[in-house]
Amino acid sequence: MTSAAANEVAAYLKRRARWSPLEIAFWVFAFATIWLFPGKYLILKDTAILALFALSLDLILGYAGIISLGQAAFFGLAGYFSGLVAKYGIINEPLLALIASGLAAAALGFVTSFLVLRGSDLTRLMVTLGVSLMLGEVANRYSNITGGADGLQGVDIQPILGRFRFDLYGHNGYVYCLIVLFICFVLARRVVYSPFGLSLRAVKGNPLRAAAIGIPVKWRLVAVYTFSAGLAGLAGALLTQTTAFCSLDVFSLDRSADLLLVLIIGGTGYLYGGLIGAVIYKLLQDWIANLTPQYWQFWIGLVLVVIVLAGRERMQGWIAAARGALEDATARVAARPAKFASDRQ
Amino acid sequence: MLTILFDGVAYGMLLFVLACGLSVTLGLMNFINLAHGAFAMAGGYCTVILVNRLGVPFALGLPIAFLVTAVLGGLFERTLYVHVYAKPHLDQVLFTIGLVFMAVAAVDYTMGSSQQFVQIPDALQGQFNVFGIGMGKYRLLIIAICGLLTIALQLMLSKTRFGSRLRAAVDDPRVARGLGINVGAVFGITFAFGSGLAGLGGALGAEILGLDPTFPLKYMIYFLIVVTVGGTSSITGPFFASILLGIGDVAGKYYVPKLGAFVIYAIMIAVLIWRPQGLFARSTAR
Amino acid sequence: MEKGARHALIGPNGAGKTTFINLLTGVLRPTAGRIFLEGRDITDTLPHERVRLGMARTFQINQLFLDLTPLESIGLVVSERLGSGADWWRVIGTKSAVTDEIVEIIERFHLADVMLDRVAVLPYGKQRLLEIALAFACRPRLLLLDEPAAGVPEAERHELLATIEALPAEVTVLLIEHDMDLVFSFADRISVLVNGALFVDGAPDEVARDPRVKAVYLGEEVHA
Repeated sequence: MTSAAANEVAAYLKRRARWSPLEIAFWVFAFATIWLFPGKYLILKDTAILALFALSLDLILGYAGIISLGQAAFFGLAGYFSGLVAKYGIINEPLLALIASGLAAAALGFVTSFLVLRGSDLTRLMVTLGVSLMLGEVANRYSNITGGADGLQGVDIQPILGRFRFDLYGHNGYVYCLIVLFICFVLARRVVYSPFGLSLRAVKGNPLRAAAIGIPVKWRLVAVYTFSAGLAGLAGALLTQTTAFCSLDVFSLDRSADLLLVLIIGGTGYLYGGLIGAVIYKLLQDWIANLTPQYWQFWIGLVLVVIVLAGRERMQGWIAAARGALEDATARVAARPAKFASDRQ
Repeated sequence: MLTILFDGVAYGMLLFVLACGLSVTLGLMNFINLAHGAFAMAGGYCTVILVNRLGVPFALGLPIAFLVTAVLGGLFERTLYVHVYAKPHLDQVLFTIGLVFMAVAAVDYTMGSSQQFVQIPDALQGQFNVFGIGMGKYRLLIIAICGLLTIALQLMLSKTRFGSRLRAAVDDPRVARGLGINVGAVFGITFAFGSGLAGLGGALGAEILGLDPTFPLKYMIYFLIVVTVGGTSSITGPFFASILLGIGDVAGKYYVPKLGAFVIYAIMIAVLIWRPQGLFARSTAR
Repeated sequence: MEKGARHALIGPNGAGKTTFINLLTGVLRPTAGRIFLEGRDITDTLPHERVRLGMARTFQINQLFLDLTPLESIGLVVSERLGSGADWWRVIGTKSAVTDEIVEIIERFHLADVMLDRVAVLPYGKQRLLEIALAFACRPRLLLLDEPAAGVPEAERHELLATIEALPAEVTVLLIEHDMDLVFSFADRISVLVNGALFVDGAPDEVARDPRVKAVYLGEEVHA
C-alpha cells in the first residue's frame, strides 16, 4: 500500500508538469505560421507581442490574484528604453537592448511592487493605474527626449546579432518576437509548476493560511510582480524594436484595459489564456475594424459587458471542456503512429 | 494667488458633485463603478442638445439634465448593474470599463469627436472684481449651486428617514437587511440620485472641464481619487478630498504646468500607501 | 508547557481561547506582555517566521486552499519547510525527500483516497483532517489545534479523533476544544480560561474535581 501510494504521488507530480500533446501541437502550429501565412507577418507579430504582454498579466492576476490596471507602465517604460538606447547608439545590438529593457522594467516592477502589496482591490487598481499615468506625464514632460505627443522618431534598429535585418515584410521581426515569446513562455511555465508557483496560488487562495504555514507572503508577491513587470517590459521593447517607433499611448489606460480583455477572453490562471486570448482578440479586431474602423471600441466594450453578464466561470468551463476534448483528440492522434508501428512488427 | 484658490474651490466643488454618487455606490455595495463618468458625460451632452440645439434656457437645462441622467442611471442599475454586485471585483472592473468604452464610442458616433461647449447666458459671463480678486461669475454660480447641494445632501443624510436608512445600509448591509431595510431599493434610488448628480455636474462642468467623448476616461481617475482618498464612510471625507484635489490640481497646473497631473497622481499614491482606507476614514474601518 | 505535553485549553465561549492562539502565532499583537518560545522572545517575530521556529496552528474555521488538491497543499507546505519554497526553477516532486514526506503525511491523515480531488469538494471531515495535516506538515515542535472536532459529523468523527491521538509523542500539542470526551481522553494537563484570565490549571482529574470549574463551566455544560 505504502509504495503504491508513493508511486502514485510521484507519478502525479511528474505528470502535472509534463508537456501535453496538445501543448506541443500548439507550439508546432505557432512556429508553422512562419511558413503558412507569409503575407500576414504584421498582424502575427502584433499578436505575438500582445500574447507576451497578456502572459505577464496572467502571472500576477491569474496566479497571484492582483488586479492591475497599470501593466502598461512596464510595457511603456521598456518601449521607450529600448527606443532611446537604439536612437542614441548606447546599445546597438537589439538582443542586448531587449534584455536591458526587460531588466529596466523589472526594476520598476520591484520598486512599485511595494506600493501594491497593501490595500484592497480598489487601492491596487488606483495605484497601478496611477503609476502608469505618472510615467505618461513624465514622458510628456520631457518631450525633448521622448518626442512628446509626436512619438519617438528616428529610431534605427541594427540587425539582430549583426545578421538578421528587420526587413520590410516583417519576416525576421515576427520570427524574433515568436522566439522571445516562446522562451518567456517556457520560463513562465517552469515558474508556475515550481514550488514557488504553487505557493503563489496558495497566497491567492488564502493569504491568512499561507502565512500560517510559513510562506513569506510579501516577498512572494514582490518576486512575481517583478518577474511579471520584466515580461511586460520585453513585450514593450519588442514593439518598439519591430516598429522603430514609440509613442505616448504605450502608457494609456486603454492599453491596460484591452489587456485585461485579452486575458479574460482566453481565461486566467493556465498560461495559455493570454496566448489564445491574443489570437482571438486580434482576429476580432481585424474583422470588426474592417466593418467599422472608427467604432471598434464600442464592440470591445460590448464584448466585455457580455462576458461579465454571461459569467466568466461558465465561459472558462466551456474553454476547459473544449481543451479536454482537444487533448483527447491529440492524444489519440499521437498514439496512432505508435500503434501503427507496433502493428507492423 | 487668491484667484487660484477661488478657481480651485470651484473646481473641487464640481468634482464633489460629480463624484459623491460614486462614493455611495462604493461604500454601500463595495462596488467598483468605473463607468460613473459616463453618466456625467450623458448629463453634459444632454444640456448641450437642450440649450444649443433646442434653445431651452440654461436654467431649465440643468434640472432636466439631472432628471434625464437619474432616470438613465436607475434604468441601468435595475437592468444591468444588479447582476454584477455579487461578482468579484475583477468582473466589476471589466463590466464597467466595457460600459465606458461603449459610451465613448456611442457618443463619438452620434455627436462627433470634437469638443462641445454649452452656450452660457451672457449674464453669467465676465468677472467680478472683489478686493482685487478676479472671480468668474460662472464659477461663483458653480460654488453656490454645489455648496447648496452639499448642505442639502448633508441634511438629507442626517435628518430624513431615508438618510438614516442609507447610513445604516452603508455601515453594515447585513444588519440593515435584518432590520427590515430593503437595501436593494435604497441602493437603486441612491444610484439613480448619484447618477443624476453626476449628470448635473457634467452639465455645469462642461465649460470648465471640457466635454468630448473621452470625458469618462479622462476624469475617471479624478473621481476615483476623490472616493479613495476621501473614504466612503461619510460625505464630508469626499467633500474635503474634492476641494483639496481641486485646489491642488489648479495650483499644480498654474505653477508647474509642464508636469501636468503628475503631482496629483504622486500625492494620491502617497496617501493611499499611508492610509489605504482613505485620508478621512474612521480609523476603525472594517 | 513541557516538551511532548498534551495540554488542553478549555473555557466557556468568549473566554479568549482563540485570541490566545492568535497572540501566540502573531496574527494579533499583544498590548502588554511578551511571548516566549523555547526561551526565545518572539513577540516581534512575523507569523511566517514563527512557523519556521517550530510553531504551527490550525484554525477553528477551515482555512484551506480550495483550488488546490490535498496533495498539492501538503506538497506546498513540505517544500516550503525544506527551504525550496522560493525555488522557481525545479518542478515539484523531483526531490524524493519531498515526495516521501508527502506520502507519509497523506497516509497519517487518511487522505490517500481523496488526494487528487479539489479541496473545495472534499467532505467536511476530510477537510478538517487536511486542516491539521497542513499544520503538521510544518513539522512543528508546538502544534496548536483550535477546536479540531468542531462541526464534524458523527460518522467522520472517529477517524479524526484517532488521528489526533496518534500524533507523534515528540510534538507538543495545545488543544482547544469544547468536546469534553476528547479533552479528557487526550490531555495530560488542562487549563481553564475564563474572561481572558487563567482560572484553574492542573491535571485532568484535579480539574474535573475542582468545584469552581464545575460551577463556571462543567455546570453550564450539564444544564445546556
